[in-house]
Amino acid sequence: MLITCPYCGPRDVSEFAYQGDGNRNRPDPASTDLVAWNAYVYDRLNPAGAHNEIWQHAGGCRAHLAVVRDTLTHEILSVRFAREKGAPAHGRRKSGAKA
Amino acid sequence: MAEYSAFSLLRNALSGNRDWKPAWRKPSPKASYDVVIIGGGGHGLSTAYYLAKEHGITNVAVLEKGYLGSGNVGRNTTAVRSNYLLPQNTRFYEHSMKMWENLSHELNYNVMFSQRGVLNLAHTPGQLDDLARKGNAMRHLGVDAELMTPAQIGRRVPGLDMSQSARFPVYGGLIQESAGTARHDAVAWGYARGADRRGVDIIENCEVTGFLRDGDRVTGVTTSRGEIRARKVAVAVAGSTGRVMQLAGIERMPIESHVLQAFVSESLKPFLDTVVTFGMGHFYVGQSDKGGLIYGGDLDGYNSYAQRGSLPIVEEVMSEMLALFPSLATVRVLRSWGGVCDMSMDGSPIITTGPLPGMYLNCGWCYGGFKATPASGFCFAHTIARDAPHDLNAPFTLDRFSRGTVIDDKGQGPTPRMH
Repeated sequence: MLITCPYCGPRDVSEFAYQGDGNRNRPDPASTDLVAWNAYVYDRLNPAGAHNEIWQHAGGCRAHLAVVRDTLTHEILSVRFAREKGAPAHGRRKSGAKA
Repeated sequence: MAEYSAFSLLRNALSGNRDWKPAWRKPSPKASYDVVIIGGGGHGLSTAYYLAKEHGITNVAVLEKGYLGSGNVGRNTTAVRSNYLLPQNTRFYEHSMKMWENLSHELNYNVMFSQRGVLNLAHTPGQLDDLARKGNAMRHLGVDAELMTPAQIGRRVPGLDMSQSARFPVYGGLIQESAGTARHDAVAWGYARGADRRGVDIIENCEVTGFLRDGDRVTGVTTSRGEIRARKVAVAVAGSTGRVMQLAGIERMPIESHVLQAFVSESLKPFLDTVVTFGMGHFYVGQSDKGGLIYGGDLDGYNSYAQRGSLPIVEEVMSEMLALFPSLATVRVLRSWGGVCDMSMDGSPIITTGPLPGMYLNCGWCYGGFKATPASGFCFAHTIARDAPHDLNAPFTLDRFSRGTVIDDKGQGPTPRMH
């Protein structure tokens, strides 16, 4: 499996660390909504097909990436930096955070 | 009356083996059943068997998408053990172990259960302390466990590299002598025949495409072979749990599907008479009666529904094997395959009523479902028949995650690929 890092280009999957499901929405840290926290920590979409997920190019530029991958065929459908607007919330930086 | 015996073998041999009955019928689905079980794997079949045998519920259908035994029950590495740390798991798996000990007799089908021991290796003093703790926890609940010194291990497993120049020298180990292996296909076939003879319809090539609902209540399923109504619908679909629950309108579950690979080598003369696991990585190996080494390692590490794996793990597993058994370097791999595992958030299974009225759920087996086959079916059948869990599966609820009563044997947290 090759993942095309937007910075480094196509690299072998063994350079990347899987950070898991990108479909989770972390509640506001001040929130005391137990249902929302429980869903964030434990519940997964787990689709058979296109899956939003977060990978880190740990053996390369170390960028966190928002990857859409097909869980039936292992085909990589899209890759972009997780910090970009529109990437799944789980991997996205807070606005104003240092680069 | 036993169908398989020395006498019946002889009689059928004399008549040219033309008079054997098929092990199970190929019925067409009826319009309705008392219980429909989705999933004709080990757990679905054993559930049907115990529903009929223990609870007298025989108006049951088992729906299998492919052919019987085509999923994980035919894809696992056959180890049976009960070496867990937490009492909920230990009690459940030890009950399963007791059922394994009598299973060939119970089913009149030789499942080739062989209590050849499972040996966990330690390579550091810390690991050995940890194994001692686990061994004590097991013995506390009546499960056998013994620490072994390197000298004892060297005598027990002659092929193992016991030298100090090994990549990770062996420091000790913990063995469960009562653990072992079983013939996985025979388990599926034995339960299938046992359930069939008690009146259960086993329907192959019948894919569930949706659920029939009356409000919230589940009242049956739609399938590739028509609608089937049922008073109770039981789901035992392992790696496909997410997909099937989505058909019922439940979008998210505390489950991720991951692929686990396994390998078989060419046949060797008797080399290894126990199952050995590596402490410095994730690797385990045993030898089948036919002589092939059966071995495997870690999950590929990312969500997958593909019943095949990727090369980095192949390389990792082979290198781990050679770290333990350098003499196997020239042995050839015969075949490899992948199975889809339903990894739960705490590494423990779910056997419960619900989550919808009329529905029953059995999932979250991670990569340890095979050894649970008898107890899983026994407990799931009890849960379905009585609408309440058996004592043994009462801790394995779906709501334990929100109630804070997770059963995390490894203390790994909600990262399923790490369990």
